[in-house]
Amino acid sequence: MTSYEDFPCAEAVAMVTDYFEGALSTEDRAVLERHLAWCDWCATYVEQLRETIRLAGTLRDDDVPAPVMDVLIEAFREMRGS
Amino acid sequence: MDDDALVAALRAGDEPVFCEVVSGYHGAMMRLASLHVSSRAVAEEVVQETWLAVVKGLDRFEGRSSFKTWVFTILANQARSRGAREHRIVPFSSLEADEKTLGVPGERFQLPTDRWPGHWSEPPSPWTDVPAAALEGKETRALIFDAIRSLPPHQREVIALRDVEGWSAEAVCSALSMSEGNQRVLLHRARGKVRAVLEQKLHHVVTA
Repeated sequence: MTSYEDFPCAEAVAMVTDYFEGALSTEDRAVLERHLAWCDWCATYVEQLRETIRLAGTLRDDDVPAPVMDVLIEAFREMRGS
Repeated sequence: MDDDALVAALRAGDEPVFCEVVSGYHGAMMRLASLHVSSRAVAEEVVQETWLAVVKGLDRFEGRSSFKTWVFTILANQARSRGAREHRIVPFSSLEADEKTLGVPGERFQLPTDRWPGHWSEPPSPWTDVPAAALEGKETRALIFDAIRSLPPHQREVIALRDVEGWSAEAVCSALSMSEGNQRVLLHRARGKVRAVLEQKLHHVVTA
């Protein structure tokens, strides 16, 4: 069993994306999860990354501006229209 | 509508279908383009040029990737070369130096000579005290957008497609022609940097 000292936080932090992506081996995953259950700091870090991902997903809006749509429809007609 | 039907309709000159697909992709295309070029107006031009290229190239589309992936691949190429011509975006050089530590600067961890080598010396402070309004606000979104824009190009594209647009790892690897492993490394670095930018700003909110 890996002790706290043998598994430094820096390593946990380096593994987070592979963890989220399901790319860790069963063994690594278990080691990391044990560490996270124990280490509030790393758990906070992981939580903040989830939050970062969620917030990045809120960067959305936009309708096509009418002039752009007009140009595109015209080009479409010209090239594709019968 | 599946891809075959969509492409067939477009080839046949079906205008409503064309408008629908242009509208449907617009937000995502604008965001991806905006990451490479200096202004919204230029991003709009890039999106427009992409559609013109798509319409012109429809007959060459072979269905080896999905239609959407094909469109975004053209877009990424156009936006990239336009951005390169503009020479406007300068990556954080200071952050590049931290690449090896995978997302968190090395000085945040204890040294081999410290009591707990490799453990946090400067741990992250929780965001649970941050008011929701600050976390969800426009300012935070602008901050994230700027942080993503300042990333090196590959990291920028990967995080934009994965986390902003919500694409699957597979679709991103295919659109950007990269291995899954490479995609994960880029995503990891990108997320780490964006988190760091948020941390800096949210820290001020809490202590203010």
